[in-house]
Amino acid sequence: MNAAIPFSAQLINLFAAVILLLAFAMLAQRRMLALINLFALQGFTLCLSTLVVAVTTGQSHLYYSAGLTLLLKAMVLPWILHRLVRKLNVKSEVEALINIPTTMLVGLLLVMIAFNVALPISQLSQTITRGTLGIAMAVVMLAFLMMITRQKAITQVVGFLSMENGLFLAATSATYGMPIVVELGIAVIILGVFFFQIRDQFDSLDIRHMERLKDN
Amino acid sequence: MDFFILMLVIPLVSGALLTVVGERDWAPNLNIIASLGTFLAAVGLTAEIVANGPRFAFGEQFFIDSLNVFFVALTAFVGLTTSIFSGPYMRNEQEHGRLTRPRLRLYKSMYQLFMFTMLAALTTNNLGILWVAMEAATLTTVLLVSLYRTPARLEAAWKYFILCGVGIAQALFGTILLYFAAERVLGESGNALLWTHLIDVKAQLEPNIMALSFIFLLVGYGTKVGLAPLHNWLPDAHAEGPTPVSAVLSGLLLNVALYAILRCKVLADGAIPGDFAGKLMIGFGLFTLLVAAFFLSRQKDVKRMFAYSSIEHMGLITFAFGMGGPVANFAGLLHMTMHSLTKSAIFFAVGHATQKTGTQLMENIRGLIRINPLIGWGLMLGTLAILGMPPFGVFASEFMILTHAMKHYPWATPILLLGLGVAFAAIFGKVQPMVFGETEAKHLPHAPAITPVFLHLGIVLMLGLYIPPYLTRWFHEAARMLG
Amino acid sequence: MISISGLLGQAFAILLALVLAPLLSGWVGQCRAWLQSRSAPPLLLPYYMLHKLFRKDVVLAHGASSLFRAAPFVVFGCMVLACAIIPSLSTDLPLAPAADALALVGVFGLARIFISLAAMDVGTSFGSLGGRREMLIGFLAEPALLMVIFTLAMTAQSTSVATIVETLAHRDFVIYPSLAFAGVAFTFVSLAENARVPVDNPATHLELTMIHEAMILEYSGRHLALIEWAASLKLYAYSCLGLALFFPWGIAPGDDFLALLAAIPLLVLKLAIGGAILAGIETVNAKVRIFRAPEFLGTAFMLAVLGLLVRLLLESKV
Repeated sequence: MNAAIPFSAQLINLFAAVILLLAFAMLAQRRMLALINLFALQGFTLCLSTLVVAVTTGQSHLYYSAGLTLLLKAMVLPWILHRLVRKLNVKSEVEALINIPTTMLVGLLLVMIAFNVALPISQLSQTITRGTLGIAMAVVMLAFLMMITRQKAITQVVGFLSMENGLFLAATSATYGMPIVVELGIAVIILGVFFFQIRDQFDSLDIRHMERLKDN
Repeated sequence: MDFFILMLVIPLVSGALLTVVGERDWAPNLNIIASLGTFLAAVGLTAEIVANGPRFAFGEQFFIDSLNVFFVALTAFVGLTTSIFSGPYMRNEQEHGRLTRPRLRLYKSMYQLFMFTMLAALTTNNLGILWVAMEAATLTTVLLVSLYRTPARLEAAWKYFILCGVGIAQALFGTILLYFAAERVLGESGNALLWTHLIDVKAQLEPNIMALSFIFLLVGYGTKVGLAPLHNWLPDAHAEGPTPVSAVLSGLLLNVALYAILRCKVLADGAIPGDFAGKLMIGFGLFTLLVAAFFLSRQKDVKRMFAYSSIEHMGLITFAFGMGGPVANFAGLLHMTMHSLTKSAIFFAVGHATQKTGTQLMENIRGLIRINPLIGWGLMLGTLAILGMPPFGVFASEFMILTHAMKHYPWATPILLLGLGVAFAAIFGKVQPMVFGETEAKHLPHAPAITPVFLHLGIVLMLGLYIPPYLTRWFHEAARMLG
Repeated sequence: MISISGLLGQAFAILLALVLAPLLSGWVGQCRAWLQSRSAPPLLLPYYMLHKLFRKDVVLAHGASSLFRAAPFVVFGCMVLACAIIPSLSTDLPLAPAADALALVGVFGLARIFISLAAMDVGTSFGSLGGRREMLIGFLAEPALLMVIFTLAMTAQSTSVATIVETLAHRDFVIYPSLAFAGVAFTFVSLAENARVPVDNPATHLELTMIHEAMILEYSGRHLALIEWAASLKLYAYSCLGLALFFPWGIAPGDDFLALLAAIPLLVLKLAIGGAILAGIETVNAKVRIFRAPEFLGTAFMLAVLGLLVRLLLESKV
């Protein structure tokens, strides 16, 4: 029954599934450094998936996109984050506002919602890897959940970057390469890098320290 | 040289230039001159569009019609007056030792770049570029908000960055979905993100995908508009950023984000039967209005209070556009104009008032009218205007929105009246003792720039009494484009 | 339908399981020792153990009921049956229709219940502590295992293990992304069910943390030998199940005798690699607190559900 799908599409589906798996693993992860490693792995998988799309469709701009993803998401950003964690002596344990099993249950629910929403839509599309749209949406939602439930600024940034991974999965794989995906990629990555501009102002990047601004 | 290119090049080049020479004594003047140049170019562009109709630029990547040229003109105008206002304001901040020269240099260059990103967002035809420009606007404003580098300021900047970052990510997902829908009709060409192409085939776009896409776009750009419940960043960013930044955030950035939603709404309306987008916007608008109104009454910080007032008005405008139709769209556009002008005027006045009294807490600001009658009256009149008192223009637009709502959405009228009433009581009750009452504040080293305040209020007053026919025609045409 | 060669194959598979299972345990122990820079015990250590234990007398606790004496035999029988159902060498198993994948889970459950009851039977505190913990683990592991099986069953349109393996092994090569999820979930469940490191440590007798060892403290002699043998059979069964489901290449399709012969060295090789990986997992992970075990298994369950969802999204109606 599945024999009709070309091998490249199967590969893309597999990579998409792995990205979702990693997003879930990040949600369950308690250790900061392991979290960053998982993120690097996610970036690497995204790069592979983009590469497969690039080879299949022959769109040259996707090669740039894949290269950028590899360089920044899988190497530079994780390296900076690693250094930052060590420099700031951030406690290795990730602190969650809601306990992790509950977070994961909510995550599962989000995945169901995302898949449910995406299923009718993806069936309308002609691209073979349409299923990845639902996965991309699920990854975005899981990353969003991580940003909400984690206290440290670094974890939030990792969540944000993981959200970008989900977006790029949608932009490259589900739509087989959007027109200006490279430009979007650069813009998004700038946004991701941007937090380092204000990072050194915090003693430790814990958002619990940031509770001064409140509506009484 | 083309007015359009001039309008984009001036802020870009001057922004780059100011990063180099921004510490010179004459740099504030360069800032003003650049803004003036941008404004003149925008006026030229407006005249051109009014005379010749819509046009493209840079192939099909940029597209200017009567809808966005109206925003362009407004943006360039408020940009100019804010740069005039920020000259003495920033000098005073420097004398107080709150800002250093490198910081001021950053401020000026980021201000120009911010103007550039907004103008680019307004004029682009490519929804991808629109997104990039909105993101760049976020980045520049994060730098502007965190100008002071105190913990509270950084916290505000962080909150702003994270929330708007998430919002902008949602908008990107919406854009991707839009492409997903368009690709089926327009094929895998670069045209599938061009608004002018999309509008031609909007009826063929798949309704389900478009509905989902619009939800993401509304939530994403809505975060930047300040729609509840995603409005949390807005009061912090307004209260903690320098006052000129609060003025442009409230007066311009919110408009630009709303403009992005409007462009997408036109596409969604064409694709989805049953006014789905409009109903969604009505819901968000009313909810935002109510939330903001009730938070208003609990504020102690004057800039926070007016930030909440901005959220409230954005809710009202979103509601107006949600109702749709020529009248409501006209009222929405008019209200956007009025709100921009009035709110930036109020922030100018508030900026000077807080500088004079050295605090943003309303209970410590007293007797402005004795310190400086012009500031006192400016704040009082601005407040009356924003609260929708006749004869100011806000009254006209609010009246139009209300009557239109009464006719077509009678159930919404009590909610609107409740929101507006609570906001009125809260703001008026707090501003009144600030303006009148006793004080012992001292004078500032640099005389405040009062002209922008009264210039804005004067225009708002004029538009309340009499809207010139060419302006009416222009508004009508823009309103008609929104469907 | 039952052919002579099928019966022979079946008998041979059971025999092979009985022989290979202790060897696998020994191999894992040896790999662990190497990885942890200890001098390794001999590969055949489990055989020596069994030999020694079978020769020893049984010492029964006062008040041990007949349940306590029957349990080792029941557990051992369950494990042998499980090994018989799982297609380790060939998918042509005469016993396979007796129990599908769901019943297989039931067979494991039966063994668990007996060993837990036996542990509580004597009435020592360690026994009941171990029994309770074992039930907790099982209660969480079983649904996860079932979800993994459902995911695979949807792909094969059957809950029979033999059919699933045949579907996966002998079709055109197709990547099933859902298998990635199911595989990870299955690994988690296997670790928990076989009292392996993140959940339990088979090598220690630390009162506060042990689960499996706490239950069998009261056993001795041939009873203990049977239970130890059953434990290694369980590890063997899970390994074979995992290999059959996720790396099914080389399993003989039917009553082809040559293919069956060829499947043996391949199986030994796969088991050796699998055992080494297991030792690796046990070395790099630390044992989690018993209260974290539900989280660990909850993760497994959720991954299995995700696999099911991914399967619905990506692989349906294509």
